[in-house]
Amino acid sequence: MGKVIVVTSGKGGVGKTTTAAAMATGLALRGHKTVVIDFDVGLRNLDLVMGCERRVVFDFINVINGDAKLNQALIRDKRIDKLYVFPTSQTRDKDALKREGVDRVMDELRAEFDYIVCDSPAGIEHGALSALYHADQAVIVTNPEISSVRDSDRIIGILASKSRRAERNEPPVAEHLLLTRYSPERVARGEMLSVDDVKEILSVRILGIIPESESVLRASNTGTPVILDPSSPAGRAYEDAVARFLGEQRELRFAKAERKRFFRALFGRAQ
Amino acid sequence: MAINRVEGGIFTVMVIGVGDPHDPALPQAIGEQVRRSPDFFADAPVVLDLKDTLSCTSVADFVALKTVLRRLRLIPVGVQNASAPQLRAALAVDLAPFPSLGGRRAAPRGDTKANGVGVATRLVTRPVRSGTQIYAKDGDLVVVAPVSAGAELVADGNVHVYGALRGRAIAGARGDGDARIFAQRLEAELLAIAGHYLVNEAIPTEHLKRPAQVALVDDRLQILPGFEFEPGRA
Repeated sequence: MGKVIVVTSGKGGVGKTTTAAAMATGLALRGHKTVVIDFDVGLRNLDLVMGCERRVVFDFINVINGDAKLNQALIRDKRIDKLYVFPTSQTRDKDALKREGVDRVMDELRAEFDYIVCDSPAGIEHGALSALYHADQAVIVTNPEISSVRDSDRIIGILASKSRRAERNEPPVAEHLLLTRYSPERVARGEMLSVDDVKEILSVRILGIIPESESVLRASNTGTPVILDPSSPAGRAYEDAVARFLGEQRELRFAKAERKRFFRALFGRAQ
Repeated sequence: MAINRVEGGIFTVMVIGVGDPHDPALPQAIGEQVRRSPDFFADAPVVLDLKDTLSCTSVADFVALKTVLRRLRLIPVGVQNASAPQLRAALAVDLAPFPSLGGRRAAPRGDTKANGVGVATRLVTRPVRSGTQIYAKDGDLVVVAPVSAGAELVADGNVHVYGALRGRAIAGARGDGDARIFAQRLEAELLAIAGHYLVNEAIPTEHLKRPAQVALVDDRLQILPGFEFEPGRA
């Protein structure tokens, strides 16, 4: 039985789609049959980030409405075996995510895949609620700034009260916090919240820290999940996050501005 | 010869609904009634009905009320439908408790506390997230996890937070001025006891991010650092 992972945040523009694409790619790279679904009906960004936008025939909404079969809509990734993209419709809106239809599709996907990664839209309305409803695990994407942290807190509360697991009184959705666009230099200057600040406010275990990196923009513009770029610090950080997600112990990289700390240590000693 | 000096007697006593004791129209409203039949009211004993009164938890409130009534040549002798803190203040100014007629007030307030049994205590063991409201009816709310900004804790009794309190905490939601708020790390957006409140900006900074308890003293919220008992403090 496949596991459903929702990538969510409450706030928009924090890196949900980048994360969903990277996590799904990372899981497939490690041999798990994985599909990544775009729940952001009406905007449709995932297929662009995954670089398969010119191969979309049928979409999520077609399958929900019974106009197409699941296998007709799933797009197989050309680079990685076992990776599939399930794009959404750009011509419809979130109301097209009908409860029974989504339930049926998720059941079918659970039977066929190891991991189902749901890329949630921003907000706490119907689209986001549909994306998180079936979740077994949640990756909460947060930027180190107060409004993003607050929205993440809100969405964690919703996971605990409105998910299927909550409704059925099953063990709660496992929460993982992914801190994205992190800049240790800006933390040191007091312009950003630190990992510890965020951890203290949210009391959720940290899955990873993704450093602010130009390679993320480059990756999404070329339709290549950033995790496939070994020269990118963000890519390597996502690789760590996937490993941790699968239970490996890895040290938290990119949390500190290494060089600066070195200099500070020198000055400290001189005093 | 033994004389029984204590015996029962049944009297009719007027009952005055106090409502809001600070309502400036209150003396006039009572005064009008008195003027209609001055002889009937002259030096008559009256019972104060506190059914619809949320304040009147301090001695000062009752002293003020007594002064108003004495000026109208009425003699307050007792109170009816008083909550536990109201009754305490009333007794301090020699107002006796009278039974309520016809049981207009359902469950007597402060009953769960008087029993000393936390029957209605609500325990929360997971973080209380932004946008969540938790209400402990008729009792205390105990949270052994952090309470996020944007979350709201409400209890008819006390609110206890063994963790950071960053949201709102409302104790004594149905008027119990003896209720308190306890927080291991006080960072609350809002604190309220029996309708009296303090916003975050009004909390003295020396109390922030520290253990503290909040109590209602003379109708003002007072923040007491820490949980330790100190002789003489509120």
